[in-house]
Parts: sequence; structure tokens; C-alpha cells
Amino acid sequence: MNVMRLVFSGSGGQGVITAAIILAEAAVIYSGKNATQTQAYGAAARGGATRSDIILSDSAIYYPGVTEANVLITLTQDAYNEFASITRPGGLLLSDPRFVQTTRKADAKQLELPMYDQVMEKIGKPIVYNICTLGALIGITQILEPEAIMQVLEERIPQDFINLNMRAFDLGLVLGSQYQYRKFY
Amino acid sequence: MTEMIRFVQGNEACVEGALYAGLEFFAGYPITPSTEIAELLSGRLPTNGGKFIQMEDEIASMCAIIGASLTGHKVMTATSGPGFSLKQEAIGYACMAEIPCVIVNVQRGGPSTGNPTHVSQGDINQARWGTHGDHSIIALTASNHQDIFAMTVDAFNLAETYRTPVVLLLDEAVGHMREKLTIPAKDELQIIDRLRTSLGKDVDYHPYLPREDGRLPMSDFGGDHRYNVTGLYHDMWGFPSANPKVVNQLLRHLVDKIENNVHAITRYKEYYLEDAHYIMVSYGSSARSAIHLAEERRKRGERIGVLELQSIWPFPTEVVREKCAAARAVVVVEMNMGQVLAQVKSAVEHPERVFLANRIDGKLIAPHDIKKLLRVIQGKGV
Repeated sequence: MNVMRLVFSGSGGQGVITAAIILAEAAVIYSGKNATQTQAYGAAARGGATRSDIILSDSAIYYPGVTEANVLITLTQDAYNEFASITRPGGLLLSDPRFVQTTRKADAKQLELPMYDQVMEKIGKPIVYNICTLGALIGITQILEPEAIMQVLEERIPQDFINLNMRAFDLGLVLGSQYQYRKFY
Repeated sequence: MTEMIRFVQGNEACVEGALYAGLEFFAGYPITPSTEIAELLSGRLPTNGGKFIQMEDEIASMCAIIGASLTGHKVMTATSGPGFSLKQEAIGYACMAEIPCVIVNVQRGGPSTGNPTHVSQGDINQARWGTHGDHSIIALTASNHQDIFAMTVDAFNLAETYRTPVVLLLDEAVGHMREKLTIPAKDELQIIDRLRTSLGKDVDYHPYLPREDGRLPMSDFGGDHRYNVTGLYHDMWGFPSANPKVVNQLLRHLVDKIENNVHAITRYKEYYLEDAHYIMVSYGSSARSAIHLAEERRKRGERIGVLELQSIWPFPTEVVREKCAAARAVVVVEMNMGQVLAQVKSAVEHPERVFLANRIDGKLIAPHDIKKLLRVIQGKGV
């Protein structure tokens, strides 16, 4: 990995920003990388399309904004409509058919994984949807070791909810592993 | 060592730096985008033996840290533009009474309540001239979390060394962004503590009588010595005086103690300056975009570099003049209408070669924004 630029987008309350922070923290603390994470503040953070930009790199990162994303995750139709075009050619565009109908022919690998339905069917708690998505991303791209994410989960998640989150992460990991894609650079 | 590596917001890096420097007292009134500083310190300070007070407003916060500093403690407050405006009167008092304190301003769009959740660097001149009357002041800034930590420590060191308010000018982009911070080991960075008087309890103490080296040893207020502190011009006992000689000497002292030490106070970083034809002068989060662009253009063989200012006031005129002497053009990259631009123009030999690449819409200026202007300057068209 040299530089990898990701955008997580969705609507306020889906946990996309939390997922972004967990990913970037896992990269910095447990994977020896540099990372920056920025997010929309204000109205967009409380409903409406919200996004978080993450850059992972082995060297120093200066400008923290993402203009051409290697990976874009969109969890709402609004986010898809607004941000789909920033995926770079050959990049990965991950969405969930439960919320997003992919319309455009993007010059990117478009993956639609039923993450929400899986979470509801196997776990029954929508609160861990974001962690399942993170698991799917790791399963597909293998950008970080799953253990790095799991260590952050163990630190950040209250004891009572840790199992729930680990199951969601595992669920995503298994789902994503069936669609491995690594040519997003 | 992993416990020393953290993934934090810039505001948290500031908190860590302040605690490392020995912060003991924080009074503040939360305001976006500085709120995390108050929030984190409300938990960290009391458990470290310090004091945290949420005051009724920004004015009271500033006054509270001045009082606490006088009693012998390292103090800080944090705010953003609207709160920084309110603090100005008391900042002037701290200048006049020579009371060490650190004021963090995480800048957002102004004037007035402006653009609360968006980035700006519009308070550069306010930090210099926000309070009335002739005075001098120290203002530092930083573009990444490691430097925010170091500059926060420096802010305390300079405040104690020169007995002055020090403004730490952060901005929303670095304040809210998360990135890596490695917390330095305990003795890795120098910590400067207050110069205290060696005079005993029953010896006359003159609070404003400088030593031979010009420094004023302090006595913890409420402790061994009784003395007066005022915002009026004052004599060596701290009592008001309108004696022309006293007034003249004190104002010169307030200005000279900082302006004569500009070399010791100046902090900057340089990137690819040795053979640069084009130099970007920047600071804070906009410097990140300038460095990003320089790295990108260097790969294409363009001779372009960055001078990143970390101390803004007193303005490092000589450093800017020296570093930019051989440049064909200088581009000042900032998120205001040209506040540092004016300083750079007056510093260099050829002000007509200095240009402004700015963004004032609340968005972090991007490398692409700077590149557009650079191409015009380089005669490469739009």
C-alpha cells in the first residue's frame, strides 16, 4: 500500500463516521501506518448526506481531503447520487441494495452487498450495521488485518456490546471475502 | 511504545500538549470548533490535580485564567472567533500586567458568529491587534497534530519566559481532523517554568522592578508578598502612575521584550526551499495543501517549495525575506483575504512578486486551488 483514499458516506445516525474513525485508528495504532480522517460537521451530520474522508498511507499525509477515491462506500441513495462520481477509475464502489439503487455506469467495480438484510436476519440489531459494513470492506479489500480492527473494537465498544459488534464484523468479513477485489489503486 | 501512539483530533493534541507543559488551570466557555478542548480537559484536569471551571462566558473565562496565573499556576483557555472577540479587553490587561497565559483560538469563519463548523484563518490580525493600544504579542500556529502538541508546549514556555499572553491560532480543519500523535517521553521536550522571586516573606518585593537581564521574577499572589496589580500604567510597586517617564518606559518594555526577541520566538519549517523558484508561504491547515502540491510538482521536476510559518506574531520578517530572496514568485496560501499576505509583501524585496492563493468559503483550500493560480503565475495559462 502506498496511499489509499476512502470515502464513507450515508446519512447521520448510520454510524459511517464511527466506522471511518475505527478504520483509521486501526491503521495508525495497530498497523503502523499514517492515516487522516475528516468529516462533515454541522447540519449534514444530523440527517442528510454525510461523509467522512480517510487517507491511509505509509508516508506522511498532508492534504486530508479525498478527490479521487480508491474506495467509496455509500449507504443511502442521496449519498450515492452525490458522491458516486468521485470514485477513481478501477476503484471500488460498495453499496447496499437495501438503500441504494445503482443507476450510473461508473468506471469502477460496483459491489452491492446485502449487509443490512444480513445484519437484521442474523443479529437483529441495526445498530451494528456500520461494523458489518466495515467487516465487508476488510473482507473485500484486505487493506488491513481484521485483527487490527478487532483490537480497536475491543477498546472502543462498551463491554456489553462487544460480542454484538464482533459478530457483525465477522458477518461482514465473511460476506466480503466472497467478493475479493484488490485492484482499486 | 504503542501506548504513546494515539489517533486523535487536533484539539486533543492541544490538550495533551497543555498537560505535558504543566497546565494546572483551565477556565472556558465551549464554542465550536474548540469545544473538544474544554470537554477533554473537564475530565483530565481534575484527575491530574488541576482545576477546570466552565465559566458563564468567554470574558469571565479570560479573567479567571489571569487570576489563576497570578497565584502561580500554568493556565489556558480555548475559544473560537466570537469568544476571542470577547476576551480582547482582558487580554490587554494580561499584556499590561504581564501575566503569563495561553489562549487557544480554533478559528472558524467570521465576522460575528459567521460560519461555526467551517474552517477559516481570519483571526490573524485580531490576534495581533484585537486589544486596544500599543502592545506586542506572541501567536503560534501548527498544521499537524505532532506540531500542535509541540506548539502548545512552546506557547506555555514562551508565556512564562516573556510574561505575556500567547495566542495559539489553530483552525477548524486541524482542530477536528484526526491523525497520529506520538506523545513525547517525559523529558523529551523542554518545559520552562515560571521565574519566581527568591525574596523571603519579610523582604520588600517590587513586582515590576526588572532584574539586570530585564526579567521580572513573580511572587505567587496571595502568598508571601502583598502587591498591587493594575491595567493602568504602573510603577515598580505595581501602583498606578501617569508619570511620563514611567509610562514611556513601561510601554517600551512591553513591546521590546517581545520584538527584540523575535529570533528566539520565531518558529518555522521549510520544504524543498534550497533551489525553489516558486515559494509558497503558508501556515495551519492550508500549509498541508501547499506541501501536498509541492511534493506533487517536485515529482514533475518543478522547483517549488514551502515555507511554513509556525510563529505568526511577532512576524518573522527576516526569515521570510531571506528565504524568499531568490524566488521568482511567492504565493501566500491562507484562508482569509490576505492577512499574512500583507506581512509577506512588506517583508520581501519584491512585493510585486507576491500573490495570494486563498479560499474564504469555509472549505479547506485544496492543492488544486493553489495550482490554478500557480499556473497563471508561471505563464502556463488557466
